[in-house]
Amino acid sequence: MAAINSLYIVNKSGGLIYYKDYGSAGRMDTNDTLRVASLWHSMHAISQQLSPVSGCSGIELLQADTFDLHCFQSLTGTKFFAVCEPGTQQIESLLKFIYGLYTDYVLKNPFYEIEMPIRCELFDINLTQSVQKDRVALLGQ
Amino acid sequence: MIGVGKIKQYGNVLDKPLAKGKQEVSLSAFAFLFSELVQYNQTQVDNIGELERRLEDAGYAVGARVLELLCHRDKGNRRETRLLGILSFVHSTVWKVLFGKVADSLEKGTEHEDEYMISEKELLVNKFISIPKDMGTFNCGAFVAGIVRGVLDGAGFPAVVTAHFVPMEGQQRPRTTILIKFAEEVLRREARLG
Repeated sequence: MAAINSLYIVNKSGGLIYYKDYGSAGRMDTNDTLRVASLWHSMHAISQQLSPVSGCSGIELLQADTFDLHCFQSLTGTKFFAVCEPGTQQIESLLKFIYGLYTDYVLKNPFYEIEMPIRCELFDINLTQSVQKDRVALLGQ
Repeated sequence: MIGVGKIKQYGNVLDKPLAKGKQEVSLSAFAFLFSELVQYNQTQVDNIGELERRLEDAGYAVGARVLELLCHRDKGNRRETRLLGILSFVHSTVWKVLFGKVADSLEKGTEHEDEYMISEKELLVNKFISIPKDMGTFNCGAFVAGIVRGVLDGAGFPAVVTAHFVPMEGQQRPRTTILIKFAEEVLRREARLG
């Protein structure tokens, strides 16, 4: 599974609450990940304002020469975004699936403080499984 | 447990027939409610032992009521009077009504005569819960331990019931074992009954 390079979860005020990288490509140190997260948060907000169409929900996909960045924003303003190899398919549904895991294993955990960094063993376990799992099987969910 | 059963509306709770069981509630709704229960109790205590005790007390009240209800519903107003009878009642009847399945195993302790264990690979209350490292061996299964103690106590089998995580070989997640240690009088009575 080399397609995804890294996964970010950003809370509604732009703070990074979860970061995970897969493989060494595009790996960053902690300060850089925090910076990327809040930068993306601001760009996402600006894009909503600048958009020529009304009711725009912000950038969903950023395509660059060396990577694609897919973003999914939940209704509560929590953003999930993944950096992956150019042309990787079905990241959108993967992000939605990860959102499902977040609502299950993070929000239903009494020891998790909302908007704070995620440290939940079960979330980690299930996330690893779903990212490794075959994409086709994942889509069937 | 995720599906919501069809529930007929009764104006008065007393009109509702007791014998109608088998209603399922949303697992999400239960998980959020239980999560709130734990969070509320966490604000009321200053150590983990106290939190465990409070969860157990909450479960005790459930257990006492469940015993009453199931004795009426499933057993025609009789209750088990023998040790193995009441244990299998907890292991199968109670578990099935509360969690939709029979408990994974019921064993007798190897070291002590008065100890029994009910083990569950994935306890329903723990399904979405990750214990933070700094809370050590704390287990939210204390609530279920309380339910078991409530049932046993109500049926005249006083016992100390605790919940523990037990690591399993080849498994990423530990299982939960509910340890039941009966009071001396229970074993003496049991011996007398032969």
